[in-house]
Amino acid sequence: MITLLYFARYREALGLDSEQFSITCPCSVQDVIEQLKQRGEPWLSILADSKLMLAVNQTIATPDQALTDGDELAFFPPITGG
Amino acid sequence: MSSLLEAYVQTEDFDITQEYQNLRENNSESGAFVSFLGQVRDFNEGDNVSSLELEHYPGMTEAVLNKLLQEASNRWAISRAKIIHRVGALKASDKIVWVAVSSAHRADAFAACEFLIDALKTQAPFWKKERGKQGERWLDAKDSDQAKARQWMK
Repeated sequence: MITLLYFARYREALGLDSEQFSITCPCSVQDVIEQLKQRGEPWLSILADSKLMLAVNQTIATPDQALTDGDELAFFPPITGG
Repeated sequence: MSSLLEAYVQTEDFDITQEYQNLRENNSESGAFVSFLGQVRDFNEGDNVSSLELEHYPGMTEAVLNKLLQEASNRWAISRAKIIHRVGALKASDKIVWVAVSSAHRADAFAACEFLIDALKTQAPFWKKERGKQGERWLDAKDSDQAKARQWMK
């Protein structure tokens, strides 16, 4: 099981800030993305966003990163703080 | 000697006079003090802005701010550095972010302070949503902010 987190406009579009997600290891971020896309909209649009950013265990990550049980995977749009 | 580095993410306002006083207290080794204050503008991209909602990623935000402070301390001879970033509901002219640095000499303090705010804007996971007469909208990241942050990459 991993934890998925959604922030800002993605959180609003999904009406969801977090969920538990079952994975079968070995598994990459890209594998999770493919499974989420099968849910259809609004996941499809969010995950197809060219500006989508990812973090695994609170560090910026890329889709090829491997995941293990207990990981935290976050999806968020580009940062606009300061 | 190691620098005193502090990062805070909070909903509460902060007092600039008090922050300056804290920065200077027991800090006679420093001859230069540089700070940056960011506040909510009442316009953006031609539209009126009455309030902002600032969201962040608890845990990652603090980790990134501490990493940036450590990087600043490694690159420049600074004695102290502090970042305060507010989250939650803010209105026009409310303070958003404070970055303050002390150093023996001004060049290091200026550079470290500018680096911290530029890097924070592109690396620390904060998101702004604006509210105005036109309704509400999530802000898009600016290419100019990305370009500013890239200037500091070695």
